[in-house]
Amino acid sequence: MNNNNSNIDRRNFIRLTGITSTAFILGLSAKANALVTVENLSAAADPFELGAYIMINKNGEITLFNSKPEIGQGTFQSIPALMAEELEVSLDNVIIKQTGGEKKYGFMQFAGGSMSIRSEYHNLRKVGAAAREMLLKAASTQWNVPVTECYASEATIIHRPSGKKLGYGELAEAASKLEVPKSPTLKDPKDFKILGKPSARPDIPLKVNGTAQFGIDAKVPGMVYASIERCPVFYSKLVSFDATAAKKVKGVIAVETCERIHEIYKTTGVAVIAETYWAAVQGRKALIVKWDNDGHETFNSKDFEQSLRDAAKKETGAVAHQQGDFDHAFTTAPIKLEAFYETPVVSHSPIEPMNCLASYTEGNKLEIWTSTQVPGSLVTDFAKEYNIPEANMKVHTLFNGGGFGRRLYPDYVHEAVQLTKKLRKPVKTIWTREDDTQQGPFRPMTYSAMKGALTADGKALAFQHKVIAPTLDMKKDYDKSKSDETMTEGISEQKYEIEHMKNLYVHHYMPAPLAAWRAVTSTTLAFSHECFIDEMAFAAKKDGMTFRLGMLTKESDTKNVLNKLKEVSNWDKPLPAGWGRGVAQYEFFAGQGGYVIEVSKKGLGIKIEKVYAVIDLGTVVNPDMVRAQVEGAATMALTAATKNGITFDKGKTVQSNYHNNPLVRINEMPKVEVHILTNGGPKIKGVGEPGLPPFAPALCNAIFAATGKRIRRLPFDINKIV
Amino acid sequence: MAKYTLKINSKKFEVDVDPNTPVLWVLRDHINLIGTKYGCGVGSCGACTIHLNGRALRSCQLPVSAVGVQEITTIEGLSENGEHPVQKAWIEQDVAQCGYCQTGQIMTAAALLKSKPNPTDEDIDSYMSGNICRCGTYTRIRTAIKTAAKSTTK
Repeated sequence: MNNNNSNIDRRNFIRLTGITSTAFILGLSAKANALVTVENLSAAADPFELGAYIMINKNGEITLFNSKPEIGQGTFQSIPALMAEELEVSLDNVIIKQTGGEKKYGFMQFAGGSMSIRSEYHNLRKVGAAAREMLLKAASTQWNVPVTECYASEATIIHRPSGKKLGYGELAEAASKLEVPKSPTLKDPKDFKILGKPSARPDIPLKVNGTAQFGIDAKVPGMVYASIERCPVFYSKLVSFDATAAKKVKGVIAVETCERIHEIYKTTGVAVIAETYWAAVQGRKALIVKWDNDGHETFNSKDFEQSLRDAAKKETGAVAHQQGDFDHAFTTAPIKLEAFYETPVVSHSPIEPMNCLASYTEGNKLEIWTSTQVPGSLVTDFAKEYNIPEANMKVHTLFNGGGFGRRLYPDYVHEAVQLTKKLRKPVKTIWTREDDTQQGPFRPMTYSAMKGALTADGKALAFQHKVIAPTLDMKKDYDKSKSDETMTEGISEQKYEIEHMKNLYVHHYMPAPLAAWRAVTSTTLAFSHECFIDEMAFAAKKDGMTFRLGMLTKESDTKNVLNKLKEVSNWDKPLPAGWGRGVAQYEFFAGQGGYVIEVSKKGLGIKIEKVYAVIDLGTVVNPDMVRAQVEGAATMALTAATKNGITFDKGKTVQSNYHNNPLVRINEMPKVEVHILTNGGPKIKGVGEPGLPPFAPALCNAIFAATGKRIRRLPFDINKIV
Repeated sequence: MAKYTLKINSKKFEVDVDPNTPVLWVLRDHINLIGTKYGCGVGSCGACTIHLNGRALRSCQLPVSAVGVQEITTIEGLSENGEHPVQKAWIEQDVAQCGYCQTGQIMTAAALLKSKPNPTDEDIDSYMSGNICRCGTYTRIRTAIKTAAKSTTK
């Protein structure tokens, strides 16, 4: 039991939640971390300390709380499923509520890093199991029978010998008075009814009838709309603006400045606020704004890319990882290879543009409705930034119309908060697609200088991956003697047994707003890494699969993934003439995945014939959702590999909307055959990201096999392999 | 500003708006039909797809002044209880991920099946290629359209 908070007034809790018919609340105490705690309305507890996960009303209504924002990855099903499984309730018969960043739910209240299941799998099953045990005990006490004669099923406790039944609602009050079991018995996975089974997602019906509420759909009485003009040249400063014409647009209420805060990238924009969004956009078009570019207009992709190539040659770089004696081994090796790989800047481009509704009211209170991956830090960070007590903040985490890392960054929330504070009205900001495309933040490019050496009989002897890239924190005064873990992500963690290795990082400053993107730096580094491994294989006169497996004598997940790929793709089966197949895998913080891709020559271009994906998980909550995530990751990877990406000229983004920053469309996407490896025991790995990094290298390795053309720069035109 | 009487989902609505306002924003901000989504504003993503006299159309490109007496159908009016064969197929195939583009996808798919009750892969690709899905649900969209086609032509 959580006895720390008995001094808190009980009325406080009732008033705060507005729930008086609730008999049973079970949650985790933030203070005691994983300690399961019961909230009993007759014995007071601090509502701020208890993160309620299960709530049972006397009428039998059951609510499960989901602390992980739904960004398309399926947490609206997978997180409540962890509790529902142990509680013995069907997800069809519960209410699922999204938490709002309340501190009591702890700091893991975000969607990112493929962490959701990994962080909650044990905790939430325990919460569900504890509730089940308490309900069982309450029933057995009432019936005066041994608890072992009772079992839970479909929100009911049943007495096996007599067939007597009591619903959870009827037991809730009695159960809430019991002590919470410290180590409840978890179900044996073989008895699982939900976990591990392909399960329908409860959010999908809402998403097909138009009633699902995304951030952009939030509405409150008295709300006004804002459209914001931001500096077109990155880092330029607002000098002055003339709002005379903007204010003449019918419906325009005010013109105000606001700051966009994206980490250290801080710029001031001019917001036109109007009664309707359309009027705000028209008013914005009528603004005359003067910016001081301060020399930033000279930034352009062509020169910047050349400077990356120059830096690769001039700078030694900081050591990211070292084993053996790379320099000696490389110098003296009989077979040596070197190659240079380049990748583009890309945008997140979720179809729901950034938006936020914020309402600042008397008494220093702030309420936010938005699509966000980080409701938890919205509360803590914004309370600090705007000097508002955390208890005065309320965040409504709505469905995210795509995240992909973009909504880890609340720059768009800052703007809305500043505007509502200035206007004392609820303000909804909506970025235009052009804002989204041109303002970033973007995934930076990485350039890679690769070196490899082989023994005379074609065994990998030495390997070097030197990364040249900016850092995600956008710092200009970066300490060049240090490597950066994020920008060298995964390159030193591959399981290939190569005796001599020296990986390096060269920092190169880029003056544009940057951010993590789904699967972060692995999305670019896997391309250079795994294509170069293929170059080594070719030099060793081996196929990519044999060469890789030859470097994996010890048991590993990597070896399992490759063996599975070999099996499902019939790797050794000859392909038709003009076809080629390629393999790649990548292990990084989020987990591990791999692909075998088969392509054929089609005129000047390439047709993707078959895509085999393997994702290594160990534990699976919803296999159908895992497949969906891999299918989606492959699509996103194909876009990043073959579509324009983002380029800069005169200090600005060249692209503006989907016509010149295109995404892969339905006619361009091949079918992806997804295989899930679950033989890894009880380990839990991430789902959302691992399907992305190995896609591009597998594709390019296949293109090499089919055409002899080695692609070392992304993006490339898949219809014109020259 | 000008007054318009719009026939949407078989009901009449009166709005007083700037004649250039795209139907998308009239639906979302004035009539509170939020199922139609803003994605690009230039007719290139399909998130705002509605039916105008039964034809799929990008509502971000349609000024309210051009509607006249034509009938608008939005996702909310596609079926009484979300039971249009396309909607049912979308649920059956678990198509949606983030779901933001899906109402537009469904409106386009419903129009496709109206004109081609048994579409081939090529028909689907060419008809649906105006609708972007950033989550990458394309394979499932293709499957779901076929599921819906089967259920209606049985």
